[in-house]
This record gives sequence, C-alpha cells and structure tokens, in this order.
Amino acid sequence: MTRSGMPVIAMIILALVVTACGDTPPATDTDTSEAPAASVDAAESTAPAESAAPGETTDNRLALVQERGELICGVNGSLPGFSFLDDQGQNTGFDADFCRALAAAVLGDPEAVDFRALSADQRGPALQTGEVDVLIRNTTWTVGRDTAWGLFAPTTFYDGQAIMVDSTAVDATTLEDLAGATICVQSGTTTELNLADTFSSLGVDIETQVFADIDPTYAAYEEGRCDAVTSDRSQLVARRTAFANPDDHVILEAVLSKEPLGPVAPLGDHEWFNVVKWVVFATIEAEELGITSENVQDMAETSVNPVVLRLLGQPVPDTDPFDSGLGLEPDWVIDVISAVGNYAEIYDRNLGPGTPFDLERGLNSLWTDGGLLYAPPYR
Amino acid sequence: MTPEPRSTSATTVPPWRDVRVLRIAAQVVVIVVFGVLVVFIARNFLGAMEERGLGFGFSFLGRSAGFDISESPIPYTPADTYSTAFIVGLLNTLFVSLVGIILATILGVIVGVARLSPNWLVRRIASGYVELIRNTPLLVQLFIIYFAVFLQLPSVAQTLTFPGSIFVNQRGLFLPGPQLNASFPIWLGLVAVGIGVLVAARIYARRREDAGRPQPGLRSIAWIVLAGIVVIGWVITAPVVFDLPVRQQFNFAGGLALSPEFSALLAGLVLYTAAFIGEVVRGGIQAVRRGQLEAARALGLSEGDTLRLVVFPQALRIIVPPLTSQYLNLAKNSSLAIAIGYPDLFKVGQTMANQTGQPVPVIMMVMATYLAISLFTSALMNLYNRRVQVLER
Repeated sequence: MTRSGMPVIAMIILALVVTACGDTPPATDTDTSEAPAASVDAAESTAPAESAAPGETTDNRLALVQERGELICGVNGSLPGFSFLDDQGQNTGFDADFCRALAAAVLGDPEAVDFRALSADQRGPALQTGEVDVLIRNTTWTVGRDTAWGLFAPTTFYDGQAIMVDSTAVDATTLEDLAGATICVQSGTTTELNLADTFSSLGVDIETQVFADIDPTYAAYEEGRCDAVTSDRSQLVARRTAFANPDDHVILEAVLSKEPLGPVAPLGDHEWFNVVKWVVFATIEAEELGITSENVQDMAETSVNPVVLRLLGQPVPDTDPFDSGLGLEPDWVIDVISAVGNYAEIYDRNLGPGTPFDLERGLNSLWTDGGLLYAPPYR
Repeated sequence: MTPEPRSTSATTVPPWRDVRVLRIAAQVVVIVVFGVLVVFIARNFLGAMEERGLGFGFSFLGRSAGFDISESPIPYTPADTYSTAFIVGLLNTLFVSLVGIILATILGVIVGVARLSPNWLVRRIASGYVELIRNTPLLVQLFIIYFAVFLQLPSVAQTLTFPGSIFVNQRGLFLPGPQLNASFPIWLGLVAVGIGVLVAARIYARRREDAGRPQPGLRSIAWIVLAGIVVIGWVITAPVVFDLPVRQQFNFAGGLALSPEFSALLAGLVLYTAAFIGEVVRGGIQAVRRGQLEAARALGLSEGDTLRLVVFPQALRIIVPPLTSQYLNLAKNSSLAIAIGYPDLFKVGQTMANQTGQPVPVIMMVMATYLAISLFTSALMNLYNRRVQVLER
C-alpha cells in the first residue's frame, strides 16, 4: 500500500462510521446524570445556576429521581422567607420546605435535595429543558406559563402584586399619586407586565427601571434610584426586612393583580405531576385533619378516623388496602409530615408570627377558616 | 548520467496513486463527512427541541411586547411589537458601543503615551491604572461604578443645578434638548453654500499657487465667510429650539437625559477597554525603530511633532489589528448592561425569551445580531488597516 493511499482509506472509514451514527434518530434520553453533592455551599447558591447537569426530558421523572437518589429543585435563593441561605448555609424558607416535602415523599429523605438558585429569566428555560425536576420559586400561575413552561401544582401561596415606597421621600397612598415616578421592577416577571397594564389602564404615566436580578433591583430602590419598587406583596415584605430602615418603607394598599404562587412540574409527565400535586394537597389535608409533625406517629397508630388512616397509609378495618396509584410508598404522607409538618407548620415556621415577616394567613387559610386552601379527598 | 525521463502517457499511473485523483477524492470525502455531521447535528437539534416542546418559529415577532423599556432612542410603548422592542435594544447597544469606542480610543491613546512619558509620576499613574483595571473583572467594575459612584449622586430633592438648565442627580444628567425646527433645512442649505464657497476658494488659491502667482489670505477670507454664514444664518433662521428639563414631582421631564445606567455602562466600558488599548498603543509605539526617533531628533523636530509625524504613522501598522479586537470586545462587553439595568440588546432578548416561552429562536437572533455587528466593525477596521499598511512606501 502506498503512502498516499492510507489517508484516503482512513477518511473513507471515518465517513462510513459517521454516516452509520448519523442515521440513528435522536432517542429519548433517560440516562441518569451524575448528581452533584446534596449539600449546597453559599457561593454556589447565591450565583445564578449554571447548567451543571445536561437537561434531560423524560416521561418517567419519578423513576429518574428515585434512581438518582436526589431531587433537583429550582428555587429563588435570595428571597427571605421563601428560599434563601441562612447563616449555616442551609436553604431555608417556605418554598424550600416544599422541596423537602417532595423529597421526603419520593425518596424518604427530606435532605436529599439539590437546590438550584434561578433568576426570574432563567426559571422558564430551566424547567422546559428538564434541568430541574420541579420549580418551586414563587412562580405565578398564568395560562401562558401553563402551556409553555410546565404544569402548575396547586397554589401554595395566594399573593397579590403591590408597590412599596419610601414614606420619608415619597408621599403617596394611591396608585394615582405615583404619576411621573420611577418604579423598579425585575425583568421576566408577571410583575413587569402587570405594571405596564395597570398604569396604562389608569392613564397614569410612570417610568420603569428594569433589572435582571433581584438584588440590584432592591439595592437601586434603597439607594433612591427609584421612587417605588413593585413585586408580590410577600416578596416586598420579605426583602424589606433586610433594609437599613425597614419602618420607613410602606407598602401601598392597592393590589395590582392576582399572584397565585405554586410549584411547577415539567410538561408531559402526568405521573410526576400527580406526585407533586398530591404532596401539596397532603400538607393541606393534614392541617385540616389536625395532623402535625408531633402527633403524626401517634395518629397513625391510634386513630380510628378512616380518613386519617387512609391518608397516612394505614390499613382501615374492614376494607381493602388503599392504593393511591401515585407510585409512592403507602405511608409517604407520614414521611412528609414528620419531615416538614403540615401546611400551618410550614407557614408559621417561615412566614408566621415568630418570623420578621409576620404575614397573616388571609387567603392562605383553610376553606373552613374562610381561605382558599381546599384539598380533594384522598381516596 | 542523464536523469530518467518523466512518465509519458504510455506508462499511466493507476488512480489510487494519481495525485490529481487523490486530491479530488480527499475533497469529496471531507465534504461528505462535513455534510453528514451537519445533517446529524440539525436532526438532533430539531428532534430535541420537539421533545421538549420548545417550538421553533418566529411568529412571536408580530405580537405585542407588553413590557416597557426604560430608555429608547425611538418612541416605544408596551403596545409595540417584539420586533420593535428588539430594534430598540439594538439601537441602545449600537449607541453605547459607538460612543464607547470613540472615547476608549481617545483615553487609550492618552494612557498608552503616558506610560512612555519621561515624567515619573505620569508614568506611574498610567501603569497603576492599567494594571488595576486590566486585572479586575469588568462586571465587578460596572457594579462599583454604578452603585458606588452614579447612584451616590445627590437625590432628586437635592439636585445639583448648573447654569444653562443643566441638572445633575442620581437619576441622571439632564440637559436642554435641541429640537429641530422647520427652518433647520434652510440653515443647512446656507451652511452647504458656505462650504461650497470655501472649497472653491481653496481650489482657486491652490491653482494660483501652482501657477506661481499666489494670492495671500484667500483661504482665511473663505473661512471667515463660512463662519459668518453659519452664525448669521443661525441667528436669522433660529433652526433649533431647546426643550428645557423641568422638575416634576418625582423626576425631571423634557430635555435630554443621560441615565445613570447608560453613564455607568459607558464609563465602565471606556475605562476597561482604554486600559487594553493603552497597552496596544504602547506596544505599537515601542515597535517603531529607534533609528526613526533619532533621525527625527536630529532633524530638530519637537517631541510632539516626532510623535505625530514620525512615530504614530508607523506605529499604526502594528496597532490597528489588535485595536480591532478591543473594539469587538467593547461591543460584546456591552451585553453586561443587563446587570445594571441598561436596556441593551441582550437584556431585551432575555426578556423576550422569557415572555414568549421560546428561548432558542430569540437567542439565535441575538447571536446573529452580535455577529453582524462584529463582522461589520472588523470589516471597516480591515479597510482602514489596508490603507495604513500601504502608506508606508
């Protein structure tokens, strides 16, 4: 064989190999990726999340998560009360606790969660590409997001959009008082769109100053770059606690829009969506039945109420064992409640009277107390 | 001994040893491999997109945007389409990049020359500046300039007022805004006439000089005539009306406003890129042969004249290619505007990607636009480069 023949032969073999590979149609990727360590260190969480694991879409995410042994949860990371890092470097908050509840239900271990901090702009694509298993990041349920981003689980927090002003600098009580003012807002949020809609329908002119991240938004507002800042009321209350003079800042009474916040599961996977949905319902139902993290074991053993027994996966006398069909262990609710408690405990621990926020339950009470929380029967 | 005769057609070479055939075969193989790779990637991409339900289409461009953009060179409301919003972002990026390139070049040349100054203090300051700025991340510098400099200016209630209706506060710099009148074209016409007179006068003076009968003062008279036409024409036609900024309850309305976001981004980009340009300029100047400097000194040229007439034209040959890179860097670094709230192309693109739920087409549009800007800039610079290179001989 001559020298000049070898390269040609090699090229032809390479071409054949590539052609053979090229004809394979792209298959659904159900391989599990290497999960990074469960403990999150401060530097990693405060920066916007890189796509560490390649996004995977699958219609069997429950099996994927159980095989991986860890739940990848997209959270805010910078919102006190909902998800932020405390001084021990643990992700704490209302949303973070629901991540733990889901992990307890699916994996039996509430700490098997990989928290991914996502900005408002990143959360949609992160969910669409399958980079996170679930998005629990104070996300408002809208029809556009329902069709584009993912399936919305029941609302865990009924909120509304509000505006906060510095009462020492700005004298305003209604929206009309803000004519000509500059208002800080984050990009990629329903807040941004609602702001434009509300003020144009009122016929009031305002200037908006839009930031990509949550921290520069509130920093600029505090510096005085904007006269007001707008977001969900709970977010305003939460961020206000970190200001230099929290009492100077007043949230106007006006409610600009409905903001139902809840977890979001990726599109296309009904089994996984049912799991997420029923974890939320379980916490609400537990509050309704009076099951708390302290008495859940007791009630499992000693209760005679068939509703309680069925929820806790215990055998009900004179009936066949109940299979929810969710694909979880029968006593998954016991795991959830003993890990994070019922809805009232989650709320009180993160946003209740003992915290700097002291948010009233309001619409976030049970339907029996005049609120909007209503869990379907578990049977 | 005579060399062997070359092979004639009587001794044909088999195809697998014929160099011409092999060359063509190699090309074909490479093309096939490349084509297969492209097809594979495209199919993989489209398949993955469909799987994730991301959709691929540009129909959203005609829909109403719904979000506001805080500053825009053309009139924009949330009711305008996504394509209008995209264009606004593009114009903002182009504006900050253009002004940034001009200012960074000026500052960079000053810094580069200062680093070679015989004055010890000037040299130290320039070196310190370059080392500090080059070795810290641009994003950090932008945050510092925005939060620690521009937002620390006095609040609106304590605005600094300057004569001529100029106001400075943390919400921006407010100047009287020129508004063009209906008589502006008339004034432009008068100026054009004046320039025509000037050009004609210069040509005539040149002709007279070439013929050996110089007419002194012709050029100066032409310049004075032009100046007279400009000034008198301005006074008579009043082509520009100034819109003064007026304090409203919260902000200033009217006039020309430079927002702190724009100023901070511009300052950050200029300071950062000027450090790099300074080094490029210094390298170019130092590459000019010492013999040139000595010859210029021997001729009695001053320092300034040496720099301007001898060193710089030769240094430009070395400076222009890396300078092009720095210009492209500046244009691309302007995308960091998203961190401090300046609505540039990238930020508008991000918002669009989020609100439409179709990140991939939007990202492709943004990338294509940045590519176009960069290619255009480097094409222009390469034209200039060719001119500079030819001038040597």
